[in-house]
Amino acid sequence: MKLPLPPLPTALKPKPKRPGEAERVKPLDQVKEAGIATADWVDERTSLSGVARWTMFRKVPKGTNWFYTLGSATLFAFLSQAVTGVFLAMYYDPSVTNAYESARHITNDVFLGEFVRGMHKWGSTVMVILVCLHMARTFFFGAYKYPRELNWVVGVVLLILTFVMAFTGYLLPFDQRSYWATIVGVNINGTGPLVGPFLSDFLRGGAEFGSTTLSRFYAIHMLLLPGAIIALIGVHLYLVTRLGTTAPPWLRVESGDGIREENV
Amino acid sequence: MADGRREPKSKYTLDRGMPGAFEGETVTRRRFMTATVHGAGAIAVSAFALPALGFAAGSALFDRPPVEWKPIGPTEDFPNDTYIPRVITETAGIGQVGKTTVYVRARNDELDPPPNPPGYDERFIAVSTRCMHLGCPVRYVDAAKRFICPCHGGVYDFSGQVDGGPPVRPLDRFYTREQDGQVEVGARYSVNSEFRRFPSYRDPAQDLDGIGQYLYPGRFSTPKMD
Repeated sequence: MKLPLPPLPTALKPKPKRPGEAERVKPLDQVKEAGIATADWVDERTSLSGVARWTMFRKVPKGTNWFYTLGSATLFAFLSQAVTGVFLAMYYDPSVTNAYESARHITNDVFLGEFVRGMHKWGSTVMVILVCLHMARTFFFGAYKYPRELNWVVGVVLLILTFVMAFTGYLLPFDQRSYWATIVGVNINGTGPLVGPFLSDFLRGGAEFGSTTLSRFYAIHMLLLPGAIIALIGVHLYLVTRLGTTAPPWLRVESGDGIREENV
Repeated sequence: MADGRREPKSKYTLDRGMPGAFEGETVTRRRFMTATVHGAGAIAVSAFALPALGFAAGSALFDRPPVEWKPIGPTEDFPNDTYIPRVITETAGIGQVGKTTVYVRARNDELDPPPNPPGYDERFIAVSTRCMHLGCPVRYVDAAKRFICPCHGGVYDFSGQVDGGPPVRPLDRFYTREQDGQVEVGARYSVNSEFRRFPSYRDPAQDLDGIGQYLYPGRFSTPKMD
């Protein structure tokens, strides 16, 4: 049973519409209208809606499955590394005498420090694993073939940059493990014939592991490599959008119109 | 251009009927301006890129800080049949990280070959703990009369020669001298399997026998000792 509403005072009663007056715009519609108007304003000046449509509404081949998400999983691992890394840099001190102490401070004293440092540390392993799985998917599905060879090359450079990222980041906690692992890693660099000795001197900032080694690794880790990786991810994604993805190799081309496309 | 693949135009401005052209001229105004803009861009980029690159690489590759002679104890402390460990500061100003252990003993004429090249005939042998596989710290085990590396199983005999495992050359050494009854340790040097001396010491894993000494060139300068 529906109870009758209590009578409203006359002042609060909505006024009846005058004849010939247009329907009043409701607040929700006004908000919608404002959003559309803003988007239109931006789009009129940038034509970004075409780019967004081109990027997002693509045809993907039939048979696309969960393996195709490894690339975006890697991207999100990278974003997580970038965000946690930026905030770790607020507390970290890349000097030989203070690095270990500042890392300890992050873990033991700072609110959520252990969690964010843990995300960055384990996230790096996750990113390396994902990047390798993504490459394996591309290889086993034959997705590196014409016309996607250049994207494979860019991907391999990104793989190497990810490894260099993991290598330079390993030194930063500056405990015994990272110190000796870096000594070993730099010496492996030095085994390259002719250029190796100079490359390892460049990495160390001299013939001996010194005060500049740590700051060098820090600058490479948080300035040089992220810039290069972001730029190459841009190229990688552009090429994926431009060339489209491949169908899994187990799909046979059906008679007539070839592999059917689904609009997703 | 409707017919994109026409006969290529003559490179001479005169043939192309350009106003003001003269005999033998090939650089048009457009080509000149293009080259000028590209050149200016290249100069502008080099103006910041080359100094930055030199800044990052120059002192790392060319600077060798002077090495001080570091006293490690009176001469009678060091026998010739076992090693005495001593801690020296290899890089100053960075605390524990700059320190390293050296194993020191007196020269043993039965074991040690004459200096190669001859001329520098030190009475004390200072052996570095840097493993010549990949740089982990070795320790001397007196019972076995051997140096043993904890990382990948490198083993060296009493003289520092490789006895087993992955190392590619004998342990590095340090120059030594006697001063006022004290043994002093100077700069590091590398040796190959015949104990030939390489004053510009190499990093671990760089072979110094045969072709290795050319594949792994020394640094541009050796450390100066005061």
